[in-house]
Amino acid sequence: MTALLEMCAITKTFPGVKALDSVNLTVREGEIHALVGENGAGKSTLMKVLSGVYPSGSYDGEIRYDGVPVAFNGIADSEKRGIIIIHQELALVPLLSIAENLFLGNECASHGFIDWRETFRRTEALLKKVGLAEAPSTLVDTLGVGKQQLVEIAKALSKDVRLLILDEPTAALSENDSAALLDLLLELKAQGVTSIIISHKLNEVRRVADRVTVIRDGATISTLDAATDEITEGRIVRDMVGRDMAHRYPERERRAGDTLLEVRNWNVWHPLHADRQIIRDVSLSVRAGEVVGIAGLMGAGRTELAMSIFGRSYGQNISGEVSLHGQPIDVSRVDRAIDAGLAYVTEDRKTLGLILEEGINRNITLSNLPAVSNRSMISENRETQVAEGYREAMNIRAPSVFQKAMNLSGGNQQKVVLSKWLFTEPDVLILDEPTRGIDVGAKFEIYNIINDLSARGKGILMISSEMPEMLGMCDRIYVMNEGAFVGELSAEEASQERIMSLIVTH
Amino acid sequence: MASVQASDNKPGMASGIGAYLKRHLREYGLLLALIAIMGFFQIVTSGTLLRPVNITNLFLQNSYIIIMALGMLIVIVSGNIDLSVGSVMGFIGALAAVMIVEWGVPVYGAILICVLVGCAIGAAQGYWIAYWKIPSFIVTLAGMLVFRGLSLWLLEGQSVGPFPKEFQALSTGFIPDIFGIGRPNGTALAAGAVAVMLIFWVALRNRAHNRKFGVENEPAPFFYARNLIVAGALLFITYKLSTFRGLPNVLISMVVLTVIYAILTERTTLGRRIYALGGNEKAAKLSGIRTERLTFLSFVNMGMLAALAGLIFAARLNTATPKAGFAVELDVIAAVFIGGASMSGGVGTIVGAVVGAFIMGVMNNGMSIMGIGIDYQQVIKGLVLLAAVIFDVYNKRKQS
Repeated sequence: MTALLEMCAITKTFPGVKALDSVNLTVREGEIHALVGENGAGKSTLMKVLSGVYPSGSYDGEIRYDGVPVAFNGIADSEKRGIIIIHQELALVPLLSIAENLFLGNECASHGFIDWRETFRRTEALLKKVGLAEAPSTLVDTLGVGKQQLVEIAKALSKDVRLLILDEPTAALSENDSAALLDLLLELKAQGVTSIIISHKLNEVRRVADRVTVIRDGATISTLDAATDEITEGRIVRDMVGRDMAHRYPERERRAGDTLLEVRNWNVWHPLHADRQIIRDVSLSVRAGEVVGIAGLMGAGRTELAMSIFGRSYGQNISGEVSLHGQPIDVSRVDRAIDAGLAYVTEDRKTLGLILEEGINRNITLSNLPAVSNRSMISENRETQVAEGYREAMNIRAPSVFQKAMNLSGGNQQKVVLSKWLFTEPDVLILDEPTRGIDVGAKFEIYNIINDLSARGKGILMISSEMPEMLGMCDRIYVMNEGAFVGELSAEEASQERIMSLIVTH
Repeated sequence: MASVQASDNKPGMASGIGAYLKRHLREYGLLLALIAIMGFFQIVTSGTLLRPVNITNLFLQNSYIIIMALGMLIVIVSGNIDLSVGSVMGFIGALAAVMIVEWGVPVYGAILICVLVGCAIGAAQGYWIAYWKIPSFIVTLAGMLVFRGLSLWLLEGQSVGPFPKEFQALSTGFIPDIFGIGRPNGTALAAGAVAVMLIFWVALRNRAHNRKFGVENEPAPFFYARNLIVAGALLFITYKLSTFRGLPNVLISMVVLTVIYAILTERTTLGRRIYALGGNEKAAKLSGIRTERLTFLSFVNMGMLAALAGLIFAARLNTATPKAGFAVELDVIAAVFIGGASMSGGVGTIVGAVVGAFIMGVMNNGMSIMGIGIDYQQVIKGLVLLAAVIFDVYNKRKQS
């Protein structure tokens, strides 16, 4: 097989930082090449160099495509050669139809007038190719994340893609949607499309990748070939973090105390459509020191359940009872829920968890400002001390606590959000996808923090789409489907198969 | 892990004066721009700009803009806009005139009623914006038309005046000389000296404090240069004012309000929550901040300040006219944006907004002295606003 792409000795420096240090990457024609590494290792920078976001001349090294050196000066250049990136944050226009999105900027038009018949015909063909059974006129807004991802891929196909680059394509997808997406990649490979997939999910990497390149601290560490080497998760993780990671889920002494949180007969209706019931008669309990999981597919209503309990932040006509330590508590507003002893670490830290423009210090104290103020006047000393304390305790990697949240890596952002909630001194923490989109090393640190909280007698309610994580961390797992709990499994009983069978048989 | 750490602080945490200047170009730029603009007009008006009488006029002419800019800064930081302030200001002036001149309501009673009406107007608009989530642009655009119409109706299309002396004192009064010197006015000189000492004391204390807690400090040369310039300007202005009629009442209210609002936004939990609301409303809400109430209050506050501005404006003109406050909202909003606030919320400072208002004010005043026509004045002001925002965006882009 010949090399489609060779990136040789790519070095990219930002003022004061060497982001890439003579990185080499060779991608063969027709393969699926996985690019893995911790957050901040330089994967995205490398892809930006490749696609021309960083124009030729702003980096050292050579890019050869089809055997000839190329110099891209922007995304338009690289797209013309069939190199297409699908970013983690999807770039679709929500209120336009699938067809309009597919041909955005590339419309089938003559003299400025769009030929709708041709557009729809080609859209249908493309949708068929990616296995998406939706009408071309469907608004993208109404599609789930998994289907939107397929639309993005269809869009890439419409541009005669030769090299498809997917940045964390399955980060926001459920197991089912992820599997479907990976199958599609394999199918595209059979049709001759080469792809680079950036992923944190090593089981997926192992499933689809022909070769895996590991990047650490801006340098290529290794390239493994599925045909000749044995690609194991252990091996990849070792290369990624530079150390052996025998246990992906740290051990914890399991001992549950008295019942802390109890929710009874919880019912919630959709915030806009009053006739759509989103949560159906859910009851749950969390004991002190217990880590309880809520498993379910995307759209099962897990986040909606958590948000409706936490200050009625979701839904309407909410009914049911919430009690803590056996006493009913008022959770009708977020500040009341916080005062009662609840904390909710949101799923999406950038849009729901952090004030990105502000520093680590200000983010950490936001939910509990009275604790750092005298009669409404904030004491910046105390605030700084609190933030420094958490920076140390949580191992937040930043030059100072005044660093803006937007300049932190995903793992460190997550630690800031966790710190914010710990500072409110809650009894029960609801963690919604606490490790989404963060690297293996940071995940391990988050698991340790969770275990530490449980050891201190806090109750943890965890929502996660990563089944192994649920099985590795939880004492007890509720299984949720279509707004209702369809089963409850202890850690010993629980397995991926049992959870899935509970979901599909209900 | 060293290199991971390095990549986390990408936007040039390199030390050194040059790097520091680069990161804070905006703040220094604003101060330098004000000085440059003043210097320019001082020269082209052959010294008229900084004559004592003109400095006094500068304060009188711009006080209502600055007072409203304080409220507008909060509204804009929390992610909204208020287009109605010019009309509200005119309406309150009209209300005061009708009450005092036609109905004979006692002056202080009328002032109190006007301020309360201002709050009520803010509340009426804020209610729809905060609790019904109707875009502030639309609600206050409606308010702008409604209150413009109501002032016309109230005044029946006529100018109403003059006001009694005690009402005029709101704007045209001066603080008497407590030392009995007369000219130069002792109170003004003493106030200037005290202000300078206060500024140095607070600045030095903050600096020592920052050092103690490891907060990055401004390099020493900048720190001293900046404070010396501010102190020099203060002494110069108070001296000039003292050789005329002393400190105008309006200046005192303006300074007091500015200090209160600067402390409110920078030091209190309320202020912190406003920035959080503007920075990320959803995250703020999920952090237990009562975002609706905060938005509502920001408009009540804006209404109150617009009422105050309306009273001061009417007192200065000594009459309420149907045209009062026309298009003033645009000057106020421009001042806030020139001062570095961001349209998307979460960014901006009180001091920036006040300096922004002065930049607009000095340009208005200077160009009028030069005899530049109102047509060119508008063009130039528009370009300055655009340039200030372009400068912001350019700066931001360079940093990221």
